[in-house]
Amino acid sequence: MVDIDLDLVNWSRAQFALTAMYHWIFVPLTLGLSFLLAMFESIYVRTGDEKWKALTKFWMTLFGINFAIGVATGIILEFQFGTNWSNYSWMVGDIFGAPLAIEGIFAFFLEATFFAVMFFGWNRVSKRFHLFSTWMVAVGSNLSALWILVANAWMQNPVGMAFNPETARFEMENFWAVLFSPIAMSKFTHATSSGFLLASLFVITISSWYLLKGRHIEMAKRSIVVASVFGLLSSLYVGFTGDEAAFESAQKQPMKLAAFEGLYKGEQGAGLVAAGIINSAKKPGDDQSPFLFEVKLPGLLSLLANRESGSFVPGIDDLLYGNSEQKVMGVVDKMKLGQLAVADLAAFKQARQDKNDQAAGEALAGFTANKEFLGYGYLHTPEEAVPPVSTVFYSFHIMVILGMFFPVLFLAYLIYTLNGRIAAARWLLPVGVSSYFLGLVAQQMGWIVAEVGRQPWAIQGLLPVKIATTNLAVGHVQATFFMFLGLFTLLLIAEIKIMVKQIAIGPEGI
Amino acid sequence: MPQSLTNIYTFYRDGFKAMTVGRILWRIIFIKLVVMFAVLKLFFFPNFLNTNFQTDIQRADYVLDQMNRPVVLN
Repeated sequence: MVDIDLDLVNWSRAQFALTAMYHWIFVPLTLGLSFLLAMFESIYVRTGDEKWKALTKFWMTLFGINFAIGVATGIILEFQFGTNWSNYSWMVGDIFGAPLAIEGIFAFFLEATFFAVMFFGWNRVSKRFHLFSTWMVAVGSNLSALWILVANAWMQNPVGMAFNPETARFEMENFWAVLFSPIAMSKFTHATSSGFLLASLFVITISSWYLLKGRHIEMAKRSIVVASVFGLLSSLYVGFTGDEAAFESAQKQPMKLAAFEGLYKGEQGAGLVAAGIINSAKKPGDDQSPFLFEVKLPGLLSLLANRESGSFVPGIDDLLYGNSEQKVMGVVDKMKLGQLAVADLAAFKQARQDKNDQAAGEALAGFTANKEFLGYGYLHTPEEAVPPVSTVFYSFHIMVILGMFFPVLFLAYLIYTLNGRIAAARWLLPVGVSSYFLGLVAQQMGWIVAEVGRQPWAIQGLLPVKIATTNLAVGHVQATFFMFLGLFTLLLIAEIKIMVKQIAIGPEGI
Repeated sequence: MPQSLTNIYTFYRDGFKAMTVGRILWRIIFIKLVVMFAVLKLFFFPNFLNTNFQTDIQRADYVLDQMNRPVVLN
């Protein structure tokens, strides 16, 4: 048996984060732009105006570039599961197998049929069938994302399964509980609607650039009208689903909520931090203030977490050391039960090897009694259960601030376009040009909140990342990290060059 | 070959032939897939458990051992 090297764990995490973040540059744009294409084309089919067709074909080309550069980058994550995260991969194979297989089959048939009709079918199939195919690409792409988000949600809230100590696998007991878990639903709606928002910003960015340059003005204005309406509705929905996601975090992952609010001592009627600077010297359990500066909105965090403004929201200290008055069980106590579960798991394995059925039965009973705390048995200190507070806090607040800015931007674009003054709004257009990049920042921050915020867990409360990794040489993981960095950089440069060239060419005829 | 299959074949063939930007994109996709599957997967990302163990019982045994290994704090 070989000890775990935490350097290896961190490099494995860094490699996975790099790949996932790179992958997520492309995915949300595909999810959202596919719907915008369907809307543009619907207007074309309804009006018969060829300019809408040219406009649709232009955005479709950019959609194709984004899709082609992004396609298959997600497969690299699966490579990493098998190599860097083999323990985890083995344990969850039964849970993830079905959703990921469905996604693969779904994506293949979707891409082989409707994508082909969408790109190759202009003037070769009927207008209505072409439009149907474009809508199917939009619906199918988004449904395809459902499965991977369900898998991710299961890691945040492992429901519908049971751990089998003989096979060391989590086994599916209730597929519907996995599919319809509240976290899966809020994750799917939040991720897809944020993709709609990002795609709307993408259209606004490029259209604004055309307006600033005085080129393709009519196409830009038409695109902006549709994108600003879609973006406005999407951004409002993102706010609603984000609120739901935060509520679910409060219920299922209270440590994550406490971290992204920098809340150490639980409060009744807890305030929401609107802005603040984290005190980096603050440690759990000490009496220092968590903030050097903060602006709080009274009662709002309680409302967000429990739907009651006067309710109690546990802080990091409550969650670590317990709060009997509020009936919060601390990590300290969970660790003791987790250690019993780990010991019983080892005893069960030994008893099975010794063919001692009685001892195996006793160990299994002990394990079953404490299995929900299994992951805590691997922690050395309670403080290990706290994610990096400042990373999560700043990511969350940057995301929220940007999330509040976007609806205002869409509304401004809509008003100025409907008034016919958008081309002259020289103060607004540069903001619009930068908006897609701000959208990308918000997207990445959202995933940092979701994934860094759930550390140290690979599976919430059951499996810490340090047990999920494969015992490899750290040099191997470092080498492949830099290989990916090089590969992704090259691909990104290729995308930017091709995209910029197409944007410079612009649409034909308008 | 039935007419419908011929039509599908012609549809895809003409679609690929008429591509402009698509040609560059397909080249990129092809290179990317070769790098990913023929280089990365083959030489750097073997499936650890499938490579090192013959049966599921051995794999389960190994993972259970891993669940009881100590952690080095750096």
